[in-house]
Amino acid sequence: MKMKNAIMIVAVLLASGATSAFAQEAHIGNLQGRASAGKTLYRRYCIGCHGAQGNGAGENAAWVDPKPRDFTAGVFKCRSTPTGTMPTDQDLFDAITRGFVTTSMPAWKPLTDQNRADLVAYIKTFSAKWQSGAPGAPIAIPAESAVTIESILHGRELFQKMECWKCHGPAGHGDGPSAASLTDSKDNPIRPYNFAVGSRFKCGITNEDLYRIFMTGLDGTPMPSFADVIKPQEAWDLVHFLRTLQPLETKEASVWKEWQLKEPAKAKALKAIGPDQGTMQGSL
Amino acid sequence: MNACLRAGRMGERWSLVTSIITFVILLVAMVLADSRPAYTLPVHNLKNVRAIPAFARKYGLPCSACHTAWPELNNFGMTFRDNGYQLNNDHDSPIYQDPGYFPITMRVTPNWHRESANNQMLDPASTEGTARQGTITTHGFDLSGMDIWATGTIFKNISFSLLPSAGTDNPADPGHILFHFENAFIRFDNVLGSRWVNVKLGKFELDNLISEKRFLFLSANGGSYQLYHFLPPGSTNDFGLGDNQLGVELMGHSVNSYTRYSVALLSSNSGTPTLPNSRGYDVYATVSQAFQVGKLGLQRIQGYAYVGERPTIFPTSGGSPILGAGIGNKSFYRVGFAGSFNVGRLELLPFFMHGYDNAYLGNALPATATLPPGAIGPTWNGGFLETHLHLNPQFVFTNRYEVIRMSRQANPGIPWNLGNTEAYSVGYRWYPIMFSRGGLAFHNEYSLLKTQGSGGPGSIFDPTAAVWSNSLLAGFDFAF
Repeated sequence: MKMKNAIMIVAVLLASGATSAFAQEAHIGNLQGRASAGKTLYRRYCIGCHGAQGNGAGENAAWVDPKPRDFTAGVFKCRSTPTGTMPTDQDLFDAITRGFVTTSMPAWKPLTDQNRADLVAYIKTFSAKWQSGAPGAPIAIPAESAVTIESILHGRELFQKMECWKCHGPAGHGDGPSAASLTDSKDNPIRPYNFAVGSRFKCGITNEDLYRIFMTGLDGTPMPSFADVIKPQEAWDLVHFLRTLQPLETKEASVWKEWQLKEPAKAKALKAIGPDQGTMQGSL
Repeated sequence: MNACLRAGRMGERWSLVTSIITFVILLVAMVLADSRPAYTLPVHNLKNVRAIPAFARKYGLPCSACHTAWPELNNFGMTFRDNGYQLNNDHDSPIYQDPGYFPITMRVTPNWHRESANNQMLDPASTEGTARQGTITTHGFDLSGMDIWATGTIFKNISFSLLPSAGTDNPADPGHILFHFENAFIRFDNVLGSRWVNVKLGKFELDNLISEKRFLFLSANGGSYQLYHFLPPGSTNDFGLGDNQLGVELMGHSVNSYTRYSVALLSSNSGTPTLPNSRGYDVYATVSQAFQVGKLGLQRIQGYAYVGERPTIFPTSGGSPILGAGIGNKSFYRVGFAGSFNVGRLELLPFFMHGYDNAYLGNALPATATLPPGAIGPTWNGGFLETHLHLNPQFVFTNRYEVIRMSRQANPGIPWNLGNTEAYSVGYRWYPIMFSRGGLAFHNEYSLLKTQGSGGPGSIFDPTAAVWSNSLLAGFDFAF
């Protein structure tokens, strides 16, 4: 009986060890991240905000807005995977590399690729979710449709129809009627993205990145996934419209401005975005 | 006489004993103090930390994010600095900060140190009527100069730095606190939207890969790189690569600062305001490249060249020098390379320099004079290897060996080895407190310096005799 118990204990230990070993690695391309190395780096770079336990309660957390990510919850905003699933190692690697615009999370690109891979491996040790299941499969992103005025106008309709303006505001300034009351999954206040000032998005800078945000959602925030609501083509239309809200010289903004000059009557006849849906919205 | 010598030896021994006792007391005090690592402290204790360092307060990052061991920058810190003290997260402008935010940091180091140097010429009055070469030893509690550093952004892509510094640089008048601007500049970042164009104007540190302003040594001997201030025997040049200079700098860098360049046009006054000597200009150029080597980490090499001139004739009016009117400029240069190599936790910092001063500077002659036979511009070579072993972000062992060799003296009358220098420093820094809003380091260091010929001109003793001096320092280096 004692022998049997001993074998059981050894088997459990081996199993947990194997799971643990799985969780303490990260694979990004040819890079293999090691949690042991990542631990030292985490202590150097991340602990101030994310805390020693990875629960987002570092010494700076009280002064940081928005609040640092709680890695123990295993919920991540920027993913290539469907909502509710765990991100891939590449997703975490990209988030560390890119940082989060308008937050205290900087771009850690000055670190070496190996350093960032090691950090990914260590971050994965904080949540049991990494041990209980594999990350989701990255969503398929169809080829981007052509940037046309029809696409932009349709995107504009979707922005109204799906009530994006309620959070992001009629002009995308992050000042919609719901903006002030938004909270994240930990009940911390959270602000919707302001397209008028951001030079890049929370999870990237390209049209593809913006498409991915719609279709995967930002888990842990009020931004849902629209994968079950809109079709891929519609998502591209929405991307094209949102690009016109940025203070950047994008191709979409150029097409939009040209159309307004060419068809002033039609532009003037557009219904305003928002609750009233009035008759005129000159530049939007 | 023998009794005197015995007494002297006894005194030296007692001095050493008291030094060791003091050192041990400091160490014990440190251990008994509440020195738990910062990262283990609960959040509620943080409110006891009142003072807030400039960038930590603004961005909420720990010291170790930007520093291998503060004040030395790591590559992330270097990138942050290259970006004009900005994270480029669209919230860099101070308009996003709480109005109470003030970008200021202070640093000072109360310490105990012991200094000793042999082959010092002692006047007869102090040695019972007989001139002799002797050893001078002193020790006691002391303070470093205090830094009050304000730096940050005035607006998006306009950054600044202002570092007034106060200290007692004159041992003969210790109560006289000298005040000066260690640096003061404004910088226009990302000009034309390009990170390759950043323009800085004012007084600033030269773009040295291995910064003397941010290094991990504090003692009298170890607290400067000998090479950064070396001048050949007899030279009237006053240039030091480690001295902050006045001028304008154009620099650029890649997104992660792996590739960097800088070109600076500098006033030939060694960083001293009010144009005291010259109306000439110097040029300093650097280029560096970093590359990743798998698990070893980031490796970087830098090439540099400084070409300058200094006046040899100083016109006077009524017997008083006319400021900024120096003429008869003669040239000098310093060229070499530096590196920053990482092998896991071990950081290696090699540095090499070749130096040259014009014959007139080297012989302290005005440009209108005729050079004596055999006079020539002195040249020298030197280098050092510094190592840092970062056991963890809160503990680092430091070590440095430096050597300078004259390859050509200014004239045949100067002994071939006069000026040759060797220096060695070893120590450690422990950072029991490393909050993002304040830092405390327990610093211990020993350094040894051998200089060939510090007896100097006019010495009645062998002017080429080696002078050995050593420093021992233990102190608390804190910044907030």
